[in-house]
Amino acid sequence: MDTLQTTPPGLQEEKQYNTLNLGPTHPATHGIFQNVLQMDGEYIVSGEATIGYIHRAFEKLAEHRPFYQVTPITDRLNYCSSPINNIGWHLTVEKLLGVQTPKRVDYMRVIIMELARITDHLICNSVVGVDTGALTGFVYVFQQREHVYEIYEEICGSRLTTNIGRIGGFERDFDDRVMGKIRKFLDEFPKVWKEFEGLLSRNRIFMDRTIGVGGISVEDALNYGFTGPNLRAAGLDYDVRVMNPYSSYQDFDFIIPIGQSGDVYDRFCVRNEEIWQSLSIIEQAYAKLMAMPQGEYFAPVPEFYLPPKQDVYTKMEALIWHFKIVMGEVDIPKGEVYHAVEGGNGELGFYLISDGGRQPYRLHFRRPCFIYYQAFPEMIKGSMLSDAILTMSSMNVIAGELDA
Amino acid sequence: MTATDITHESIVERLSAQFPGKILSHDEPFGLLSLNVPREDVIDIIKWLKEDAVFQFIFMTDLCGVHFPEQSGQELGVIYHLHSLVHNVRLRLRTFFPANDPVVPTATTVFKAANWMERETFDFFGIRFTGHPDLRRILNVDDMDYHPLLKQYPLEDGTRTDKDDKYFGR
Repeated sequence: MDTLQTTPPGLQEEKQYNTLNLGPTHPATHGIFQNVLQMDGEYIVSGEATIGYIHRAFEKLAEHRPFYQVTPITDRLNYCSSPINNIGWHLTVEKLLGVQTPKRVDYMRVIIMELARITDHLICNSVVGVDTGALTGFVYVFQQREHVYEIYEEICGSRLTTNIGRIGGFERDFDDRVMGKIRKFLDEFPKVWKEFEGLLSRNRIFMDRTIGVGGISVEDALNYGFTGPNLRAAGLDYDVRVMNPYSSYQDFDFIIPIGQSGDVYDRFCVRNEEIWQSLSIIEQAYAKLMAMPQGEYFAPVPEFYLPPKQDVYTKMEALIWHFKIVMGEVDIPKGEVYHAVEGGNGELGFYLISDGGRQPYRLHFRRPCFIYYQAFPEMIKGSMLSDAILTMSSMNVIAGELDA
Repeated sequence: MTATDITHESIVERLSAQFPGKILSHDEPFGLLSLNVPREDVIDIIKWLKEDAVFQFIFMTDLCGVHFPEQSGQELGVIYHLHSLVHNVRLRLRTFFPANDPVVPTATTVFKAANWMERETFDFFGIRFTGHPDLRRILNVDDMDYHPLLKQYPLEDGTRTDKDDKYFGR
């Protein structure tokens, strides 16, 4: 790599460097990442990332699966916020099919997506704490993630790889138990998160450890295709939820937090603030849902929305549609769609080419991790090894999304 | 963000004036302006779009390959998605070329983000990007001898003997 051969200031040329293999299964990298580093003592002279260790050929698989069966694939991209991937895929298909979802469905989706964003940021930020030596906060907030997973479980029956929702809406309505759990989370979580923030965000040790580490300028960040919290930490307020609102995000009032220097501390702070904004969005959506009658939890598109199972067993119409959808006898329009949602790590895009068949002709995932991780070797050049670990965890590189 | 004041028509008009005869066709599937351009000029067009003071397509959202085996002479393609963050306008550029000559100039000279995306496209489609600083496979193993997303390759390896799928209708 040409760009990596310049010598950082303070390092001598013509010196023997040590080669260090960081990964592929290093306990500090939280995933399967390999970086071959040239080390001068404890300083990194250059690095090269090798990726693909958990590549599972999702784009090829998707070309052989009906639209519904692509949803479980999307689960396994960024598995810290699976529902965003699921709903993003459903929104893409709905765009292709021209399905209009009712407002209630939009608000339900917003609640689920923001819960997923909270869990995503929660893991990232608490792991930044772990990598600076503060394990307690991580263990403390992890219980809250369990409460979010209980909400998912109540809605779709699974926890991590959720496969949540349907094309056109949800598989079942949010009943009183779900709303009760969301209410409970909204009441309990802010106290926990405030305490976690109190542990770290103005902690002198944490600030000394993170400020000025792993920074990137906004020009470089744009050039490298950064999106999401990492771009916002560098100082640009690009958020897909605001720029290209989907799922009725325009009905909600929230701010986009931005940082200045794009370093680990700014990324930490941006994610913290986004958690508060997500909570505010969920609170607004919760109020909107409570003001609406229950029952309208899917769009009236019987040709694409899998009917409720009890109807399949008792009603002829539902049985016919179920058969047609599962056997792939429903015609899909031809078309070329790009749809983006704001994932936990940035702009998660789906580029779908349909040739009218039951499967996608071509499906490309624009995976934010994959695109911004290529800046990692340049970001850690000249820094210390322990800072490289911190930079990686604060960038929130998720192996599943990186390798697809 | 400023309100959008550039229209799709103005993009096509100014591009056609700047690159006469190079905009082969354009359409707007689902509201996203898409231009077909020749591969020789695609990087010049991207560079111009990025540096133009009005349009400012300063962000490369995505770059990926496509394969249409039945489009004779234009089997392979590269799709670029650009985004003008200033005006909030997205733009898609498509360039197609024959499968026996899969060579495109690299976009890494304009956007660093294109580096790994081009490596991925090379890995899966065998499209060679001339001028790329480090064109190697990225997700697949280095000694793989084919490009798996091309349509002629089946999902499962036909030579495998360790799986008996006859009961599953595959």
